[in-house]
Amino acid sequence: MDGLTSRFRDPSLAKRVIEKIRKLAPPYTVRFCHVCGTHEYTITHYGLRSLLPETVDVIAGPGCPVCVTPAFEIDRAVSLALKGVTVLTFGDVIRVPGSEISLLDARARGGDVRVVYGVGDAVRIAREEPDKEFVFLAIGFETTAPSTANEILNGPPENLSFLIVHRLIPPVMELLLGIGDLQIDGFIAPGHVSTIIGMKPYRIFPEAYRMPTVIAGFEPLDVLFGILMLLRQVREEEARLENEYTRSVTWEGNVKAQRLIHEAFDVESGYWRGLGRIPSSALRLKDEFSEYDAKRKYDITVGRSRELMPGCLCHLVMIGKIKPPECPLFMKACTPQKPKGACMVSVEGTCSIWAKHGVRGRLRAQL
Amino acid sequence: MCLAIPVKVLEIDGSTAKVDFGRGVVREVNITLVDAKVGDYVLVHAGYAIQVIDREAAEETVRLWNMILELSGPVRS
Ligand code: SF4
Repeated sequence: MDGLTSRFRDPSLAKRVIEKIRKLAPPYTVRFCHVCGTHEYTITHYGLRSLLPETVDVIAGPGCPVCVTPAFEIDRAVSLALKGVTVLTFGDVIRVPGSEISLLDARARGGDVRVVYGVGDAVRIAREEPDKEFVFLAIGFETTAPSTANEILNGPPENLSFLIVHRLIPPVMELLLGIGDLQIDGFIAPGHVSTIIGMKPYRIFPEAYRMPTVIAGFEPLDVLFGILMLLRQVREEEARLENEYTRSVTWEGNVKAQRLIHEAFDVESGYWRGLGRIPSSALRLKDEFSEYDAKRKYDITVGRSRELMPGCLCHLVMIGKIKPPECPLFMKACTPQKPKGACMVSVEGTCSIWAKHGVRGRLRAQL
Repeated sequence: MCLAIPVKVLEIDGSTAKVDFGRGVVREVNITLVDAKVGDYVLVHAGYAIQVIDREAAEETVRLWNMILELSGPVRS
Protein backbone atom coordinates (compact mmCIF):
# COMPACT_ATOMS: atom_id res chain seq x y z
CA MET A 1 0.00 0.00 0.00
CA ASP A 2 2.70 2.21 -1.30
CA GLY A 3 1.84 5.85 -0.51
CA LEU A 4 0.04 4.96 2.66
CA THR A 5 2.86 3.08 4.28
CA SER A 6 4.79 6.32 4.44
CA ARG A 7 1.84 8.05 6.10
CA PHE A 8 1.70 5.22 8.64
CA ARG A 9 5.28 6.15 9.46
CA ASP A 10 4.78 9.93 9.55
CA PRO A 11 7.34 11.28 12.09
CA SER A 12 5.30 14.45 12.77
CA LEU A 13 2.30 12.32 13.79
CA ALA A 14 4.60 10.24 15.97
CA LYS A 15 5.87 13.38 17.68
CA ARG A 16 2.35 14.58 18.35
CA VAL A 17 1.15 11.28 19.79
CA ILE A 18 4.20 11.00 22.05
CA GLU A 19 3.59 14.54 23.31
CA LYS A 20 0.00 13.62 24.13
CA ILE A 21 1.13 10.47 25.89
CA ARG A 22 3.53 12.53 28.00
CA LYS A 23 0.75 14.96 28.88
CA LEU A 24 -1.66 12.22 29.85
CA ALA A 25 0.81 10.07 31.80
CA PRO A 26 -0.20 9.99 35.46
CA PRO A 27 2.27 10.67 38.29
CA TYR A 28 1.87 7.04 39.47
CA THR A 29 3.01 4.04 37.40
CA VAL A 30 0.58 2.39 35.00
CA ARG A 31 1.32 -0.91 33.36
CA PHE A 32 -0.16 -1.98 30.02
CA CYS A 33 0.11 -5.56 28.85
CA HIS A 34 0.09 -6.80 25.27
CA VAL A 35 -0.18 -10.47 24.35
CA CYS A 36 1.42 -10.66 20.94
CA GLY A 37 4.93 -11.37 19.73
CA THR A 38 4.43 -9.01 16.81
CA HIS A 39 3.53 -6.17 19.19
CA GLU A 40 6.69 -6.90 21.18
CA TYR A 41 8.64 -6.78 17.94
CA THR A 42 7.22 -3.36 17.03
CA ILE A 43 7.77 -2.00 20.54
CA THR A 44 11.34 -3.24 20.87
CA HIS A 45 12.51 -2.82 17.29
CA TYR A 46 11.36 0.81 17.16
CA GLY A 47 12.47 1.54 20.72
CA LEU A 48 8.98 2.66 21.76
CA ARG A 49 9.57 1.98 25.48
CA SER A 50 12.32 4.55 25.56
CA LEU A 51 9.93 7.15 24.12
CA LEU A 52 7.36 6.64 26.87
CA PRO A 53 7.32 8.58 30.12
CA GLU A 54 8.79 6.77 33.12
CA THR A 55 5.39 6.13 34.63
CA VAL A 56 4.10 4.22 31.59
CA ASP A 57 5.31 0.64 31.46
CA VAL A 58 4.48 -1.87 28.72
CA ILE A 59 4.89 -5.55 29.47
CA ALA A 60 4.75 -8.57 27.16
CA GLY A 61 2.28 -11.33 27.97
CA PRO A 62 2.18 -14.86 26.51
CA GLY A 63 1.86 -13.89 22.85
CA CYS A 64 4.30 -16.32 21.33
CA PRO A 65 2.56 -19.52 20.21
CA VAL A 66 5.82 -21.41 19.83
CA CYS A 67 6.84 -20.47 23.39
CA VAL A 68 3.61 -21.66 24.97
CA THR A 69 3.60 -25.02 23.19
CA PRO A 70 4.07 -27.60 25.96
CA ALA A 71 7.25 -29.66 25.99
CA PHE A 72 5.20 -32.88 25.88
CA GLU A 73 3.68 -31.88 22.53
CA ILE A 74 7.19 -31.38 21.13
CA ASP A 75 8.10 -34.76 22.70
CA ARG A 76 5.20 -36.39 20.86
CA ALA A 77 6.35 -34.95 17.55
CA VAL A 78 9.95 -35.98 18.29
CA SER A 79 8.86 -39.53 19.07
CA LEU A 80 6.92 -39.72 15.79
CA ALA A 81 9.87 -38.35 13.84
CA LEU A 82 12.15 -40.98 15.36
CA LYS A 83 9.63 -43.69 14.43
CA GLY A 84 9.82 -42.76 10.76
CA VAL A 85 6.82 -40.45 10.43
CA THR A 86 7.67 -37.21 8.65
CA VAL A 87 6.91 -34.22 10.86
CA LEU A 88 5.89 -30.98 9.14
CA THR A 89 5.69 -27.72 11.05
CA PHE A 90 6.47 -24.00 11.14
CA GLY A 91 10.05 -22.69 11.09
CA ASP A 92 10.74 -21.85 14.71
CA VAL A 93 9.08 -24.89 16.14
CA ILE A 94 11.80 -27.27 15.11
CA ARG A 95 14.38 -25.56 17.34
CA VAL A 96 12.24 -25.47 20.48
CA PRO A 97 13.55 -27.80 23.15
CA GLY A 98 11.27 -30.64 24.15
CA SER A 99 11.90 -32.37 27.48
CA GLU A 100 15.09 -33.93 26.12
CA ILE A 101 15.62 -32.95 22.50
CA SER A 102 14.17 -30.70 19.81
CA LEU A 103 12.77 -31.68 16.42
CA LEU A 104 16.02 -30.40 14.93
CA ASP A 105 17.93 -32.88 17.12
CA ALA A 106 15.51 -35.58 15.99
CA ARG A 107 16.39 -34.70 12.41
CA ALA A 108 20.10 -35.03 13.22
CA ARG A 109 19.29 -38.52 14.53
CA GLY A 110 17.76 -39.48 11.20
CA GLY A 111 14.18 -38.27 11.61
CA ASP A 112 12.49 -36.58 8.67
CA VAL A 113 11.45 -33.14 9.93
CA ARG A 114 10.50 -30.43 7.46
CA VAL A 115 9.59 -26.78 7.73
CA VAL A 116 6.49 -25.57 5.91
CA TYR A 117 5.03 -22.09 5.45
CA GLY A 118 1.52 -23.19 6.30
CA VAL A 119 -0.85 -26.11 6.57
CA GLY A 120 -1.65 -25.82 2.85
CA ASP A 121 1.93 -26.84 2.07
CA ALA A 122 1.61 -29.81 4.41
CA VAL A 123 -1.42 -31.07 2.47
CA ARG A 124 0.34 -30.60 -0.85
CA ILE A 125 3.47 -32.45 0.29
CA ALA A 126 1.45 -35.36 1.69
CA ARG A 127 -0.36 -35.65 -1.67
CA GLU A 128 2.91 -35.57 -3.60
CA GLU A 129 4.42 -38.36 -1.50
CA PRO A 130 1.56 -40.84 -0.97
CA ASP A 131 3.86 -43.63 0.26
CA LYS A 132 5.03 -41.68 3.28
CA GLU A 133 3.25 -40.90 6.53
CA PHE A 134 3.04 -37.26 7.59
CA VAL A 135 2.07 -35.40 10.74
CA PHE A 136 1.46 -31.66 10.81
CA LEU A 137 2.26 -30.10 14.18
CA ALA A 138 -0.39 -27.38 14.21
CA ILE A 139 0.51 -24.61 16.60
CA GLY A 140 -0.77 -21.04 16.70
CA PHE A 141 -3.55 -18.87 18.07
CA GLU A 142 -6.91 -17.94 16.55
CA THR A 143 -5.11 -16.36 13.58
CA THR A 144 -3.72 -19.72 12.48
CA ALA A 145 -6.46 -22.12 13.56
CA PRO A 146 -8.86 -21.32 10.66
CA SER A 147 -6.30 -22.52 8.10
CA THR A 148 -5.90 -25.85 9.90
CA ALA A 149 -9.68 -26.13 10.22
CA ASN A 150 -10.22 -25.44 6.54
CA GLU A 151 -7.77 -28.13 5.39
CA ILE A 152 -9.28 -30.68 7.77
CA LEU A 153 -12.81 -29.89 6.61
CA ASN A 154 -11.68 -30.24 2.99
CA GLY A 155 -10.57 -33.83 3.60
CA PRO A 156 -6.79 -34.07 3.67
CA PRO A 157 -5.04 -37.15 2.21
CA GLU A 158 -5.09 -40.29 4.37
CA ASN A 159 -1.35 -40.24 4.95
CA LEU A 160 -1.57 -36.89 6.80
CA SER A 161 -2.67 -36.50 10.40
CA PHE A 162 -2.46 -33.61 12.86
CA LEU A 163 -1.10 -32.83 16.29
CA ILE A 164 -3.35 -29.92 17.23
CA VAL A 165 -1.77 -27.47 19.66
CA HIS A 166 -3.87 -24.39 18.86
CA ARG A 167 -4.43 -22.09 21.82
CA LEU A 168 -6.88 -19.25 22.44
CA ILE A 169 -5.96 -15.75 23.59
CA PRO A 170 -8.88 -14.34 25.65
CA PRO A 171 -8.66 -17.14 28.27
CA VAL A 172 -4.95 -16.50 28.86
CA MET A 173 -5.65 -12.77 29.22
CA GLU A 174 -8.14 -13.68 31.90
CA LEU A 175 -5.50 -15.81 33.61
CA LEU A 176 -3.12 -12.83 33.69
CA LEU A 177 -5.71 -10.79 35.54
CA GLY A 178 -5.78 -13.46 38.24
CA ILE A 179 -2.05 -13.00 38.87
CA GLY A 180 -2.52 -10.20 41.38
CA ASP A 181 1.02 -8.91 41.62
CA LEU A 182 1.24 -8.21 37.89
CA GLN A 183 -0.94 -5.13 38.45
CA ILE A 184 -2.12 -4.69 34.90
CA ASP A 185 -3.89 -1.38 34.19
CA GLY A 186 -4.88 -2.05 30.59
CA PHE A 187 -4.68 -4.52 27.72
CA ILE A 188 -3.32 -3.91 24.26
CA ALA A 189 -5.21 -6.68 22.47
CA PRO A 190 -3.64 -8.41 19.47
CA GLY A 191 -4.65 -7.12 16.03
CA HIS A 192 -4.54 -10.29 14.00
CA VAL A 193 -6.11 -12.64 16.53
CA SER A 194 -8.83 -9.97 16.71
CA THR A 195 -9.14 -9.83 12.93
CA ILE A 196 -10.45 -13.39 13.25
CA ILE A 197 -12.40 -13.30 16.53
CA GLY A 198 -13.58 -9.69 16.34
CA MET A 199 -14.00 -7.30 19.27
CA LYS A 200 -16.86 -9.16 20.93
CA PRO A 201 -14.90 -11.72 22.99
CA TYR A 202 -12.99 -8.94 24.78
CA ARG A 203 -16.16 -7.39 26.23
CA ILE A 204 -15.61 -9.24 29.48
CA PHE A 205 -12.45 -7.27 30.23
CA PRO A 206 -14.09 -3.86 30.68
CA GLU A 207 -17.40 -5.34 31.82
CA ALA A 208 -16.36 -7.98 34.35
CA TYR A 209 -12.86 -6.79 35.28
CA ARG A 210 -13.10 -3.02 34.68
CA MET A 211 -9.99 -3.38 32.55
CA PRO A 212 -9.39 -0.83 29.77
CA THR A 213 -8.81 -2.78 26.54
CA VAL A 214 -7.69 -1.44 23.17
CA ILE A 215 -7.15 -3.59 20.08
CA ALA A 216 -4.12 -2.25 18.22
CA GLY A 217 -2.33 -2.79 14.93
CA PHE A 218 1.37 -3.33 14.37
CA GLU A 219 2.81 -0.13 12.94
CA PRO A 220 4.73 1.85 15.59
CA LEU A 221 2.00 4.51 15.37
CA ASP A 222 -0.72 1.88 15.91
CA VAL A 223 0.92 0.84 19.16
CA LEU A 224 1.52 4.42 20.30
CA PHE A 225 -2.10 5.35 19.60
CA GLY A 226 -3.21 2.21 21.41
CA ILE A 227 -1.23 3.35 24.46
CA LEU A 228 -2.70 6.86 24.21
CA MET A 229 -6.24 5.43 24.07
CA LEU A 230 -5.55 3.33 27.17
CA LEU A 231 -4.07 6.29 29.03
CA ARG A 232 -7.14 8.32 28.27
CA GLN A 233 -9.35 5.63 29.79
CA VAL A 234 -7.10 5.44 32.85
CA ARG A 235 -7.23 9.21 33.36
CA GLU A 236 -11.01 9.24 32.92
CA GLU A 237 -11.25 6.31 35.35
CA GLU A 238 -13.26 4.39 32.78
CA ALA A 239 -12.89 0.94 31.31
CA ARG A 240 -13.97 0.56 27.69
CA LEU A 241 -13.30 -1.74 24.80
CA GLU A 242 -11.87 0.30 21.91
CA ASN A 243 -10.50 -0.50 18.50
CA GLU A 244 -7.46 1.28 17.12
CA TYR A 245 -6.97 -1.26 14.29
CA THR A 246 -10.16 -0.40 12.40
CA ARG A 247 -8.59 -1.19 9.05
CA SER A 248 -8.61 -4.89 9.91
CA VAL A 249 -10.74 -5.55 13.00
CA THR A 250 -14.53 -5.39 13.15
CA TRP A 251 -16.98 -6.05 15.95
CA GLU A 252 -17.93 -9.48 14.54
CA GLY A 253 -14.50 -10.43 13.15
CA ASN A 254 -14.05 -12.90 10.31
CA VAL A 255 -17.27 -14.87 10.69
CA LYS A 256 -16.36 -17.43 8.07
CA ALA A 257 -13.08 -18.22 9.81
CA GLN A 258 -14.89 -18.55 13.15
CA ARG A 259 -17.40 -20.94 11.58
CA LEU A 260 -14.62 -23.15 10.23
CA ILE A 261 -12.97 -23.26 13.66
CA HIS A 262 -16.24 -24.34 15.25
CA GLU A 263 -16.93 -26.96 12.59
CA ALA A 264 -13.55 -28.64 13.01
CA PHE A 265 -12.77 -28.15 16.70
CA ASP A 266 -14.20 -28.25 20.20
CA VAL A 267 -12.90 -25.95 22.91
CA GLU A 268 -11.31 -27.59 25.93
CA SER A 269 -8.89 -26.75 28.71
CA GLY A 270 -5.30 -26.75 27.58
CA TYR A 271 -1.79 -26.79 28.96
CA TRP A 272 0.47 -23.79 28.26
CA ARG A 273 4.19 -24.18 28.69
CA GLY A 274 5.27 -22.55 31.92
CA LEU A 275 1.73 -21.42 32.75
CA GLY A 276 -0.09 -24.67 33.44
CA ARG A 277 -3.59 -25.70 32.48
CA ILE A 278 -6.01 -22.93 31.48
CA PRO A 279 -9.76 -23.56 31.13
CA SER A 280 -11.34 -23.22 27.66
CA SER A 281 -8.03 -22.21 26.09
CA ALA A 282 -7.32 -24.99 23.60
CA LEU A 283 -8.82 -26.51 20.47
CA ARG A 284 -9.39 -30.23 20.03
CA LEU A 285 -10.37 -32.04 16.83
CA LYS A 286 -14.04 -32.98 16.86
CA ASP A 287 -14.67 -36.72 17.18
CA GLU A 288 -15.89 -36.99 13.59
CA PHE A 289 -12.38 -36.09 12.42
CA SER A 290 -10.59 -38.49 14.75
CA GLU A 291 -9.04 -40.31 11.79
CA TYR A 292 -6.87 -37.21 11.34
CA ASP A 293 -5.86 -37.08 14.99
CA ALA A 294 -2.22 -38.20 15.23
CA LYS A 295 -2.71 -39.04 18.92
CA ARG A 296 -5.30 -41.64 17.98
CA LYS A 297 -3.63 -42.84 14.81
CA TYR A 298 -0.29 -43.60 16.44
CA ASP A 299 0.59 -45.00 19.80
CA ILE A 300 2.55 -42.06 21.18
CA THR A 301 3.61 -42.40 24.76
CA VAL A 302 6.00 -39.86 26.13
CA GLY A 303 7.56 -39.78 29.56
CA ARG A 304 7.34 -37.06 32.19
CA SER A 305 8.01 -33.77 30.56
CA ARG A 306 10.41 -31.03 31.52
CA GLU A 307 9.04 -27.62 30.67
CA LEU A 308 12.02 -25.42 31.47
CA MET A 309 15.75 -25.92 31.29
CA PRO A 310 17.47 -25.39 34.66
CA GLY A 311 17.84 -21.67 35.33
CA CYS A 312 15.52 -20.55 32.51
CA LEU A 313 12.90 -18.01 33.62
CA CYS A 314 10.75 -18.14 30.48
CA HIS A 315 7.64 -18.71 32.58
CA LEU A 316 8.19 -15.31 34.22
CA VAL A 317 9.19 -13.57 30.99
CA MET A 318 6.04 -14.90 29.31
CA ILE A 319 3.67 -13.27 31.76
CA GLY A 320 5.64 -10.02 31.78
CA LYS A 321 6.67 -10.51 35.40
CA ILE A 322 10.30 -9.91 34.43
CA LYS A 323 11.97 -8.43 31.37
CA PRO A 324 14.63 -10.60 29.66
CA PRO A 325 17.71 -8.81 31.12
CA GLU A 326 16.45 -9.79 34.58
CA CYS A 327 17.15 -13.43 33.71
CA PRO A 328 20.74 -14.17 34.83
CA LEU A 329 21.31 -16.30 31.73
CA PHE A 330 20.21 -13.63 29.22
CA MET A 331 22.97 -13.06 26.66
CA LYS A 332 25.35 -15.08 28.82
CA ALA A 333 24.50 -18.78 28.84
CA CYS A 334 21.45 -18.10 26.65
CA THR A 335 21.76 -16.37 23.26
CA PRO A 336 19.89 -16.61 19.94
CA GLN A 337 22.74 -18.85 18.72
CA LYS A 338 22.58 -21.12 21.79
CA PRO A 339 19.09 -20.69 23.22
CA LYS A 340 18.14 -22.30 26.52
CA GLY A 341 14.43 -21.60 26.48
CA ALA A 342 11.62 -21.30 23.97
CA CYS A 343 11.47 -17.51 24.58
CA MET A 344 14.93 -17.24 23.03
CA VAL A 345 14.23 -19.70 20.21
CA SER A 346 11.17 -18.25 18.56
CA VAL A 347 11.37 -15.03 16.56
CA GLU A 348 8.28 -14.04 18.54
CA GLY A 349 9.78 -14.89 21.91
CA THR A 350 10.42 -11.87 24.12
CA CYS A 351 14.01 -12.91 24.92
CA SER A 352 14.86 -13.38 21.25
CA ILE A 353 13.31 -10.03 20.29
CA TRP A 354 15.23 -8.23 23.04
CA ALA A 355 18.44 -10.00 22.06
CA LYS A 356 18.14 -9.01 18.40
CA HIS A 357 16.44 -5.63 18.49
CA GLY A 358 16.70 -4.36 22.01
CA VAL A 359 19.59 -1.98 21.88
CA ARG A 360 18.35 1.11 20.16
CA GLY A 361 15.06 1.76 18.49
CA ARG A 362 14.69 3.05 14.97
CA LEU A 363 11.85 5.43 15.63
CA ARG A 364 13.79 7.05 18.42
CA ALA A 365 16.65 7.58 16.03
CA GLN A 366 14.26 9.30 13.60
CA LEU A 367 12.75 11.74 16.05
CA MET B 1 3.45 -16.31 14.07
CA CYS B 2 0.58 -13.87 14.00
CA LEU B 3 2.50 -11.70 11.63
CA ALA B 4 0.34 -10.91 8.62
CA ILE B 5 1.50 -8.80 5.71
CA PRO B 6 -0.59 -6.84 3.19
CA VAL B 7 -0.06 -8.11 -0.36
CA LYS B 8 -1.76 -7.39 -3.67
CA VAL B 9 -3.99 -9.96 -5.38
CA LEU B 10 -2.87 -10.52 -8.98
CA GLU B 11 -4.97 -13.49 -10.13
CA ILE B 12 -7.68 -15.67 -8.67
CA ASP B 13 -8.38 -19.33 -9.42
CA GLY B 14 -11.09 -20.76 -7.16
CA SER B 15 -9.87 -20.63 -3.58
CA THR B 16 -6.31 -19.86 -4.61
CA ALA B 17 -4.87 -16.47 -5.50
CA LYS B 18 -1.53 -15.38 -6.84
CA VAL B 19 -0.34 -12.47 -4.74
CA ASP B 20 2.55 -10.06 -5.02
CA PHE B 21 4.78 -10.02 -1.95
CA GLY B 22 6.89 -7.25 -3.51
CA ARG B 23 10.38 -7.37 -5.03
CA GLY B 24 9.17 -9.80 -7.68
CA VAL B 25 8.08 -12.46 -5.18
CA VAL B 26 4.78 -13.95 -6.31
CA ARG B 27 3.19 -16.72 -4.25
CA GLU B 28 -0.04 -18.61 -4.08
CA VAL B 29 -2.23 -18.11 -1.05
CA ASN B 30 -5.58 -19.54 -0.01
CA ILE B 31 -8.43 -17.00 -0.08
CA THR B 32 -11.22 -19.17 1.37
CA LEU B 33 -11.54 -16.96 4.45
CA VAL B 34 -12.11 -13.69 2.57
CA ASP B 35 -14.01 -12.21 -0.38
CA ALA B 36 -11.10 -10.90 -2.37
CA LYS B 37 -11.04 -9.46 -5.87
CA VAL B 38 -8.12 -8.95 -8.22
CA GLY B 39 -6.37 -5.70 -7.25
CA ASP B 40 -7.38 -5.92 -3.57
CA TYR B 41 -4.84 -5.91 -0.80
CA VAL B 42 -5.15 -8.85 1.59
CA LEU B 43 -3.45 -9.63 4.88
CA VAL B 44 -1.73 -12.99 4.60
CA HIS B 45 -0.88 -15.23 7.52
CA ALA B 46 0.68 -18.70 7.11
CA GLY B 47 -0.48 -19.01 3.52
CA TYR B 48 -4.05 -17.85 4.12
CA ALA B 49 -5.54 -14.43 3.46
CA ILE B 50 -7.33 -13.41 6.66
CA GLN B 51 -8.66 -9.96 5.72
CA VAL B 52 -9.14 -7.61 2.80
CA ILE B 53 -7.71 -4.16 3.49
CA ASP B 54 -9.19 -1.55 1.24
CA ARG B 55 -7.49 1.75 0.58
CA GLU B 56 -10.35 3.60 2.16
CA ALA B 57 -9.97 1.75 5.45
CA ALA B 58 -6.30 2.59 5.41
CA GLU B 59 -7.07 6.29 4.80
CA GLU B 60 -9.59 6.00 7.61
CA THR B 61 -6.77 5.02 9.98
CA VAL B 62 -4.97 8.29 9.43
CA ARG B 63 -8.25 10.16 10.00
CA LEU B 64 -8.87 8.14 13.17
CA TRP B 65 -5.41 8.97 14.48
CA ASN B 66 -5.98 12.67 13.94
CA MET B 67 -9.33 12.41 15.67
CA ILE B 68 -7.79 10.68 18.68
CA LEU B 69 -5.23 13.48 18.92
CA GLU B 70 -8.05 16.04 18.94
CA LEU B 71 -10.02 14.08 21.51
CA SER B 72 -7.09 13.58 23.82
CA GLY B 73 -7.07 17.20 24.80
CA PRO B 74 -7.31 18.26 28.41
CA VAL B 75 -8.76 15.61 30.72
CA ARG B 76 -10.21 16.01 34.13
CA SER B 77 -8.04 14.34 36.73
S1 SF4 C 1 17.09 -15.49 28.55
FE1 SF4 C 1 17.05 -17.66 27.99
S2 SF4 C 1 17.17 -18.75 29.91
FE2 SF4 C 1 16.53 -16.66 30.39
S3 SF4 C 1 14.29 -16.70 30.35
FE3 SF4 C 1 14.93 -16.13 28.31
S4 SF4 C 1 14.99 -18.08 27.22
FE4 SF4 C 1 14.97 -18.60 29.38
